[in-house]
Amino acid sequence: MDPKLDELAGQCGEWLRGTGPESDIVISSRIRLARNLAGFPFIKKCSPEDRQAIERTVRGKMEKLAQWKDVRYLMVDDLSEVDRQFLVERQLISRELADSEGARAVAIDPGEQFSVMINEEDHLRMQVMHSGLSLQEAWQTVNALDDLIEGEITYAFHSKFGYLTACPTNAGTGLRVSVMLHLPALVITRQIDKVFRSLQKISVTVRGLYGEGSQYMGDFYQVSNQITLGRSEEELVQQVSEVIPVLIDYERRARRFLVEESEQDLHDDVSRARGILTTAKKISSEETMHYLSKVRMGINLGLIDDLPITTINKLFIHTQPAHLQKLRGRTLGSADRNVERASYLQRHLSDSGSNGAAELN
Amino acid sequence: MKCQHCEKPATFHITELTEPGGPQVMHLCEEHARHYLSKEQSTPTSLVADHLEKQLKLGQTAEELAELDQQECPVCGITFYEFRNAGRLGCPYDYTVFQKDLEPLLINIHASREHKGKRPTRLAPSADRQAELIQLRREMEEAIEKENYERASEIRDRIRTLESGQSDTSSDL
Repeated sequence: MDPKLDELAGQCGEWLRGTGPESDIVISSRIRLARNLAGFPFIKKCSPEDRQAIERTVRGKMEKLAQWKDVRYLMVDDLSEVDRQFLVERQLISRELADSEGARAVAIDPGEQFSVMINEEDHLRMQVMHSGLSLQEAWQTVNALDDLIEGEITYAFHSKFGYLTACPTNAGTGLRVSVMLHLPALVITRQIDKVFRSLQKISVTVRGLYGEGSQYMGDFYQVSNQITLGRSEEELVQQVSEVIPVLIDYERRARRFLVEESEQDLHDDVSRARGILTTAKKISSEETMHYLSKVRMGINLGLIDDLPITTINKLFIHTQPAHLQKLRGRTLGSADRNVERASYLQRHLSDSGSNGAAELN
Repeated sequence: MKCQHCEKPATFHITELTEPGGPQVMHLCEEHARHYLSKEQSTPTSLVADHLEKQLKLGQTAEELAELDQQECPVCGITFYEFRNAGRLGCPYDYTVFQKDLEPLLINIHASREHKGKRPTRLAPSADRQAELIQLRREMEEAIEKENYERASEIRDRIRTLESGQSDTSSDL
């Protein structure tokens, strides 16, 4: 396992800090830009030599930047399977980058606020992640990062079609804004489908998934812009920014309704979830997500008052397969992971809140 | 509850919200869910393919379509057929070569075909010069493969000259 990554395993990562505006409902705000170098084919038509030349060019230019000195630069081929999965779980690289072949790399800033993938679907995919609802700040950071790289590298750009990308769905700005939301009350009250149907009309995509291609989590939803061409970056950020408060409001109303109408049932549900998490002797990743989601809601509704939300946020990520193995310091099969996960949860949840939280920090 | 594709228990319940016929709930075992989710990652591909299919059906006869499919980018060698299937273009020059057929696609996806937003401060070289760079890189690789190192170094020098002149030229691409 890569020693450069070991220290990351113990920490939480910017986007799961559980702080920032509206962080009871908004987990994270993420903005990514897709860019390609001028004078090279897109990845699909790159020879192995082209890929190496792109990687070398980007690395060479970035190393010159003063802002780059603390960045961790990792060649994906040098990483073990567990380390690649670990970076996917942390949302620092995509599954596609982890699984593809040829020269490819990722640059990660120490605070995990940004990462730059090299030779993913496009030559460059840079993303900035913030905890809570913080789209304007995330846009400013990623825009500054883009300016910095653009000062060194000539991008493929067309005066009419904007930044040229391998897939026409990203052309123009190359910008994707994604906000991850925790909406358990809308799920319980079965309002979620109705809410999202109305969103489709305004070119916003919603996926009932935890990131892309990774584990499914019942109550987490990702809202993103669909369009990238024909509107300015600020307009695209604004478009998603306007939708989120509406969703937050719906979720809060649904939560109030649940507390008023069925507090006892809700309390029972939350307590049972906590009970299973603290007493199980083996538990799958999916089951863990499901119950952690309920406990997270319980904390937000004031039904649990001895556990900080940051502990739960950390447990979401620390109990995923590669994280468990990194924390344990060795590779574990699926059955062993289930035992390890149960014991990890017990250690961090059973002693009441503050102790568990302290241990995780 | 059983997985809708096999006999194993369904442990993943995925609600697809963007289906045209309204939300669809899927009940899948872990293996089928993984398969489904990894397929989901290629959504842009299927989006492009769907849009193109509709577009092509509307405007073209089978003959015209066959002709279009055979069109090939002189720089990267991708055919329109290949693009239609993979949803990914081969090089920046494709936006110029296939412009006529890409524009309606961009309108379908984005409701626009004109970039409005940030522009790089370093101007990209002209389309032709970029195409030349991509082709030269290919020729250099061929020369190296044939162990013709003299020719390879000539080409490398030409690439360097072109690259160093990049920021003085301004044009599309």
